[in-house]
Amino acid sequence: MQSKKQKRLVDQIVVNGVLLLICIAWTVPTLGLLVSSIRDREDIQSSGWWTIIPHRGWVQVSELPIPEDASVDSEITIEGVTATYDEFRAGVETGDGRQFVWIGNLRNGHIQVKDRQWTAGSNFTLENYGQVLVGKEYIIRNADGSTSTVQGDDLSASFLNSLTVTVPATVIPILIAAFAAYGFAWMKFPGRRVLFIIVVALLVVPLQIALIPILRDYVKLNLNGTFLAIWLAHTGFGLPLATYLLYNYISTIPRDILESAFIDGASHFTIFTTLILPLSVPALASFAIFQFLWVWNDYLVALIFLGVTSGNVQVLTQRIAGMVGSRGADWHLLTAAAFISMVVPLVVFFSLQRYFVRGLMAGSVKG
Amino acid sequence: MQQIDLQEKVKATPLEWLLANIGRILLSILVPAVTFLGLRAGFLFLRDSDAPQLIIAIVAIVWGVGGVAALYWVFNWVLELLPGEWKAQLQPFLFVGPAMAILTWYLALPTVRTFWLSLRSADSSQFVGFQNYIASFTQRIMLEAYRNNALWMVVGTFFTVSLGLLIAVLADRSNFENVAKAVIFLPMAISMVGAGVIWRFVYDVDPHIGLLNAIVTALGGEPQAWLTLVQPWNNLLLTVIVIWLQTGYAMVLFSAAIKGVPDDLLEAARVDGATETQTFFRIIIPYIQGTIITVTTTVVIFTLKIFDVVMVTTGGQFGTEVIGVRFYREFFNNQNFGYGSAIAIVLLIAVIPVMIYNLIQFSKQEVF
Repeated sequence: MQSKKQKRLVDQIVVNGVLLLICIAWTVPTLGLLVSSIRDREDIQSSGWWTIIPHRGWVQVSELPIPEDASVDSEITIEGVTATYDEFRAGVETGDGRQFVWIGNLRNGHIQVKDRQWTAGSNFTLENYGQVLVGKEYIIRNADGSTSTVQGDDLSASFLNSLTVTVPATVIPILIAAFAAYGFAWMKFPGRRVLFIIVVALLVVPLQIALIPILRDYVKLNLNGTFLAIWLAHTGFGLPLATYLLYNYISTIPRDILESAFIDGASHFTIFTTLILPLSVPALASFAIFQFLWVWNDYLVALIFLGVTSGNVQVLTQRIAGMVGSRGADWHLLTAAAFISMVVPLVVFFSLQRYFVRGLMAGSVKG
Repeated sequence: MQQIDLQEKVKATPLEWLLANIGRILLSILVPAVTFLGLRAGFLFLRDSDAPQLIIAIVAIVWGVGGVAALYWVFNWVLELLPGEWKAQLQPFLFVGPAMAILTWYLALPTVRTFWLSLRSADSSQFVGFQNYIASFTQRIMLEAYRNNALWMVVGTFFTVSLGLLIAVLADRSNFENVAKAVIFLPMAISMVGAGVIWRFVYDVDPHIGLLNAIVTALGGEPQAWLTLVQPWNNLLLTVIVIWLQTGYAMVLFSAAIKGVPDDLLEAARVDGATETQTFFRIIIPYIQGTIITVTTTVVIFTLKIFDVVMVTTGGQFGTEVIGVRFYREFFNNQNFGYGSAIAIVLLIAVIPVMIYNLIQFSKQEVF
């Protein structure tokens, strides 16, 4: 019996250990982004974000002036250490456990003297967010010692655009789908079965199929680049799943609740608005979160219907994808921007996780 | 389940039947059309105005949501004024009609229209038969896209499903189930564009920036330009991004399914001396088969349509082309509507088996 107990303990340790490792692996990429978004631009380029974890590293202890007669071609001797200019720039270890690093160029630079100590990066700043949200300027120190000023990005407008796109693109399909789901579940009419089969068939149709004809319609209707265009598109693409999910829920509401209401002389419309909608809140919430995250995170539909050039209606995903192209190496801006785009979905996700999971369970094949 | 039926059983004459159907179709189209026109007028006005953006945002949201709700209300009010028989005939279409009209405009008709466009030239001016399809199955870059999509589908789906299953089983037995599940699930909330940025950062060529290269150099290797030069393995590194995004979804569904396996079934197996591995493969797996099929098809469709991740990380260059990006390039960048449509139809054909499966499952339901 003793061995069985021991075996169970070992099992427990293995299970928890493996799971912990997986969880760490899953978190590290996001953590790196978050940490980098609050690090200074120069810190990001000179040391990895993981250096905020305490480790043994080189820490500057003092500074030396550069010798007057230094030249690129010959070796330079500083405090008894001889190396070329390029070697100094890369960092030269002295015999006594110190490191000399040449900062700046040949003429106006200095030598950093570093010691090996326990250290952890702790230089955090919120500057990046200012630069990326309201377009604050920042200063770059170039390799030759000069400085230049660069304009940040202005994401606050795209943030508002994302909200303006997402809220109606979530509410409108839910409203329309709820009416339809009620109709399918509680009304009898010719063609009911055929129409619902169409809904089921359209569940997995890839939305790429619709983009070209719809874009042509929008051009004719002079709708391109308006919020209405993208709301309707998201409504159309979200409707099959919404109708299907809400039908599944609404059709299970007990019959007698409705019957007593009918006996009291209530109309379908009254029953729908005063009875069914309140009773369906869990299902409505599930789909709402689903659709909200889907629309907020969408890139393709926005790219096609809001356009690449018209900057004033661009949503966050478009803007960030654009930044990857134009500022691909400005990690201090990119990380902050990416995190800004994640804040809203993460808040929605954590506050309403229960409903979201329920929505996923109910069916999640979307075109 | 029985339907509530308030319709009076009157024998309809052909004329009445015709009138009723015209009324139904009109109603179905009228509600969305009036909404649309009203909203459009508002929007053209908003687009041309230079009010502060916050105001525009608020007005747009109220205008859009309120407009749709008001329309239903107004049309219902009109319907209520009609005589009882007419009302009963038309009312279902006030409920179902708008949804069906929008679905027709946005999904059903475009399928036909896209197919029609796919048989025509780049600017749709002339009929070219199946030329676009022949091109889409012979062009070198398309073949590369098919190869990569197949890789995405096989590798991405395999790891998403098996990791999701593994984590669901581990979490079920661990001491921190809820925390673990939240952590794995979290990437589901992140956009693929955001995920693209996160992983570009991990894969950065500079070992002071990219974590992967930092690990490689710490182990004594040379830093690599993972996403550009390491072909064809860069495709696998991109697949990792989607595995990272989708495993949470697989895990949540599997976790719920595993909890649904009856305890006495597992107990009986253990009493009979089955090992944990045997119970897992002989009892749990067959029991949750339905869930495995659902998750697998969802992830397969997801990888088939993959677009954002590739766009943001490599743009389809360096041997990472996929169907979704090809479609976008042909349609949007090259303005080749014929070729773009053909690619979209190829995507549609690829999901038709799933569509048929869904319809079969649906027809098994007794309810309808």
